Amino acid sequence: MYDILIIGAGVIGCAVAQRLSRYAGRFAVLDRAHDVSEGASKANSGIVHAGYDAKAGTEKARLNVKGARMMRRYCQELGVPYGQPGALVLGFQEGDQKTLQGLYDNALVNGVEGCRLIEREEILALEPHVNPQVLLALLVPESGLVSPYELTHALADAAKENGVDFLLGEAALALQHHEDHWEVTTSQGKRRARAIINCAGAQAGELHNQISTRKVRIVHRRGQYYLLDRSQPLLFNRTLFQVPTHMGKGVLVTPTTHGNLLLGPTAEDIDDGLDTATTRDGLKDVLDKVKLTYPDVNLRQVITTFSGIRAHEVGGDFIIGEVEGAPAGAYEAIGIESPGLTAAPAIGEELGDWVAYYLKLGKNLRFIPPTPLPKAFNAMNASERRAAYRDDPDYGRIVCRCEQVTEAEVRRAIRRGVGATSLDGVKRRTRAGMGRCQGGFCSTRVMEILAEELGQDLQDMTKLGGHSQVLTGSIERGGTA
Amino acid sequence: MSEQRIPVDLLIVGAGPAGLAAAIAAKQAGVMNLVVLEREDEQGGILNQCIHNGFGLHRFKEELTGPEYALRDIRMARDLNITVHCGTTVLDITRDKQVTAVSREFGLQVYQARAIILAMGCRERPRGALAIPGTRPAGVFSAGTAQKLVNMAGLMPGRRVVILGSGDIGLIMARRMTLQGAKVLACVELMPYSSGLNRNIVQCLQDYDIPLLLSHTVVDIQGRERLTGVTVARVGEDRLPIPGTEQAYECDTLLLSVGLIPENELSLSAGVRLSPVTQGPTVNNRYETNIRGIFACGNVLHVHDLVDDVSQESMQAGQSAAAYLRDERPPFLRAQVKDGQGVRGTVPQRLDVPQGEVTAPVTFMFRPDAVYQNHFVTIRTDNEVLLSQKRLILTPGEMAQATLSPQLLAQARGKTITLEITKEKQGQ
Repeated sequence: MYDILIIGAGVIGCAVAQRLSRYAGRFAVLDRAHDVSEGASKANSGIVHAGYDAKAGTEKARLNVKGARMMRRYCQELGVPYGQPGALVLGFQEGDQKTLQGLYDNALVNGVEGCRLIEREEILALEPHVNPQVLLALLVPESGLVSPYELTHALADAAKENGVDFLLGEAALALQHHEDHWEVTTSQGKRRARAIINCAGAQAGELHNQISTRKVRIVHRRGQYYLLDRSQPLLFNRTLFQVPTHMGKGVLVTPTTHGNLLLGPTAEDIDDGLDTATTRDGLKDVLDKVKLTYPDVNLRQVITTFSGIRAHEVGGDFIIGEVEGAPAGAYEAIGIESPGLTAAPAIGEELGDWVAYYLKLGKNLRFIPPTPLPKAFNAMNASERRAAYRDDPDYGRIVCRCEQVTEAEVRRAIRRGVGATSLDGVKRRTRAGMGRCQGGFCSTRVMEILAEELGQDLQDMTKLGGHSQVLTGSIERGGTA
Repeated sequence: MSEQRIPVDLLIVGAGPAGLAAAIAAKQAGVMNLVVLEREDEQGGILNQCIHNGFGLHRFKEELTGPEYALRDIRMARDLNITVHCGTTVLDITRDKQVTAVSREFGLQVYQARAIILAMGCRERPRGALAIPGTRPAGVFSAGTAQKLVNMAGLMPGRRVVILGSGDIGLIMARRMTLQGAKVLACVELMPYSSGLNRNIVQCLQDYDIPLLLSHTVVDIQGRERLTGVTVARVGEDRLPIPGTEQAYECDTLLLSVGLIPENELSLSAGVRLSPVTQGPTVNNRYETNIRGIFACGNVLHVHDLVDDVSQESMQAGQSAAAYLRDERPPFLRAQVKDGQGVRGTVPQRLDVPQGEVTAPVTFMFRPDAVYQNHFVTIRTDNEVLLSQKRLILTPGEMAQATLSPQLLAQARGKTITLEITKEKQGQ
C-alpha cells in the first residue's frame, strides 16, 4: 500500500512527486508510457510564460506568475537549461493595438513586471528578422525558456533518489474507493494507496469522471510544430508571439534553450488524446502563420516535426486540489494546458504540500536535495572538458556528432535516476539523436550502449518502449528477416 | 591546465576515401608532418558499409567492393607511414587553423595546423527534414543507417519495406533487404526521374521486380510503436500530392533515400563560405576554400556518385595543399564560374589561372537540372565559346564533367565563364 499514488509522469506528476519526497511516506508515480515525460511534457513550446495573458483572478494567472517566479531557482537546483530572453507579442493590424493594450493592463493586474508597448522601429532594432510590416508589440522582459522534458526528467530523478517508485508502462484503467484507501486497476494488476493524485494530462478527464459526480470535459487540443536546426548566430533572441486568439496564444517563433528555432503550434481539437500524428494541413497552417512573423522562414533548416496534445478543460481554468464530488482521498491537477509548464513548480509545491497535510505526513528526515543534471559536454569549456575526461575517459568518445554527446553522458542517462530504457529516452536526456541527422549516425551505437547497460539483447532495444522494437531480426541467427 | 598545441603542417579531417586519397597525394608530394583524424574506429568511411561491388572501375580498372576499395587506400597510407588517429572527433576548427579534437585515448587535443583539408563527407537527409506527416514510430530509417545495421552489425531493420527516394543508397538497399529475405513493396520517387545511377535501377530494382513509382511520394506514416503502414500518393507537376490517388501500403519499415547533405558544420566554424547549391564550400581549381590554406574534397565539397571521382578530386586537393605548404603561389588572375541554363552546382566555383604558363587542365563537375538527350555541354566566356561537347544523355542522377585544357583555361583568365547545356553545338 502506498501513501500516495500519482497517476501521470508528466511535468506536473513529477513536480508533485518531487515535492512529496520531502515528506515521509511511500509514494509512486504511474504512467501508461514507458518513460516519464512522454505526453504533453515532451511536446510543447518550452516557454516560461511571464503571465501577461492569463485572465486576472484565475488559477491559471495566479499559478503562472508564481511558477514563473520560481522557475529560475528551480531549474538551477535541478541543473535544467533555463533562460530569460524575454518575448514580444506582435501586432500587425490597427485593431491589434486594443488587444495589446488589454494584455498590458492584464499584465499589470497579474503582477508581471517590466512590460512595455513598443513600435516598429524599436521592434526591428531588437529583432531585425521580424516581418517589417509589424506595427507594434508588447515587450515582455520576464518571459523565459525551459527545456520541458529535461525539467521533467530532472524532477523524476530527484524524486526517485528519495525513494519514489516509478511504475512505467502501466496504465491506470479504473479507480475505486474503499473505506480507507483507493484501489487502482491498472494494465498490470491492482495498486492501492491512501490517496491518489490524478495528473494524467490528456487522460485526466476520463479518470476524474469515473469517480466524481461533478463532470469535467477535457478537449484534446493538438499542437503541431516544426523544429529547425541550430544556427549561428541565432536569428531571434526572444520568443515571438502573435496577438492571441480564443484558441490559445497563437503560433509562435521561439529559440529553444539549446539554440534551435521552434515554430508552432496549431490548435486543433481532436477526439483521440493519444493521436500525436502530424498532418499535412496542420504543418501548412503553422508555416502560413509563421510567415507573418518571419517571412524568410527556410524549410531547409527543418530537422523534425512533432505534435503534442494540450488538455484543455472547457471551463478554461486549471482545476487543482481535492476532487469535488468524489470520496475523500482523491486529488487532481487537470486542464493543465499552457501555462502549465510554467506553473509546474507552483502546482507541485501547492498540491504536494496540500495532500501531505491532509494525510498528516511527517518530514522526510533523510531527504536528499536534487543532484543537478551535470553540464553537457557540448556546453563545457576546454578546461571543464579536460577535467571531465580525467574523471571518465568515456568523455573522450563522441557518440552523437551533431550535438556532440559523449559516451559518458549516454551511459549516465541510462544509469541515473529514472534512467533511459529506449532510444527516445536517451535522446531526451542527452540530446543524442536530436540534431540535424536525427540519429542516423548514432542510433546504432546508442542501442549497443543501451543493450550493454540494461543487460539485454540488442534486438530488444526499442524507440520508445513497448512494442517499438527498432530491429526485426538478426542475420547471424535466422539468415533472413 | 596549459593549452599545449600540437604543431602539424597538414591536418586532414576524415579518413574516408577523400581524406585518405588527399593524405596519400600530399605525402607523395613531400608533406612529411601530416595527421589524419577519423571519428570512427576504422578508416575507410562509408565504404566500409558498402559491401556491394562496382567500385574502382575507373581508378583501378577492376570491380571492387567498398571495403576492398578502401583497403587499397588504407594500405597505401600505411605504407607511406601516414599518421591516422581513429576514434577521434574534431570538435572545432578556427579560422587560424586551430583544430580541437577529442578521443578516448588522448582526451582533448588542440592542433595548430599550417594547412587543413576538409574531408568529412556527407550525411543523409532525415525524415524530419521532409516533414512527412503522420506518427513517429520505430521503423523509419535512412537508407544508410539501414545499410550500416545490415552490413556492419548483421541486424535486420525490417521485414516489409517501402523505400522513399531512389537515390543510390536506397536502390542498393532495396536489393540488399530483398536478398536478406525482406519484402520490398515499392521504391517511391517524388521526381519524374530517379536520382540514382541507371545501373542501380536495373540491377537493384528491375532484377528483383521491385516497382519504381516515379512522381509519387509518401503522404502519411502510421503506427504508434512500430510502423504499421504508409500511404503513397501520386504527385502533380507541382510535386504536390494529387487527392484521390492515395494508396495504402502495409509495411513495418520505411527507408529514406532522399538526399545527401555535405557535412559542413566544422567548415562553418572555421569561417568557410558555402555554396547554397552544393551546400559545400566554394573552392577554386586547387580545391582551396575562401580561407587560404583550408581545402575541401570529396562529399563534404559536393555529393558524388562515384568514389573514383572522389579519389581523383581528393588527390588534387592533397597536391594543392602540398604546393601551398611549399609556398608555391604564382601570380594569378581569377575567373568566376557560373551555372548557366540546365547546369547546377558547378565545382570549382572560381578559377585562379596563373599569369604565366598554364600547365594543368581543370575539370568541372556539375549536375544537370533535368534529363537531356543529345545535348551539348558548352563552356563560354561572355564573348566566346571555349568548348561545346555532345553528350548522349545527361541526367540529374549522374554527375557530369567537362574539362578545359590548359590552353583553353588560359583564355578564361580574369573572365566570367558559364557552363550550360545547349540543344545545339555552340561556336565554330
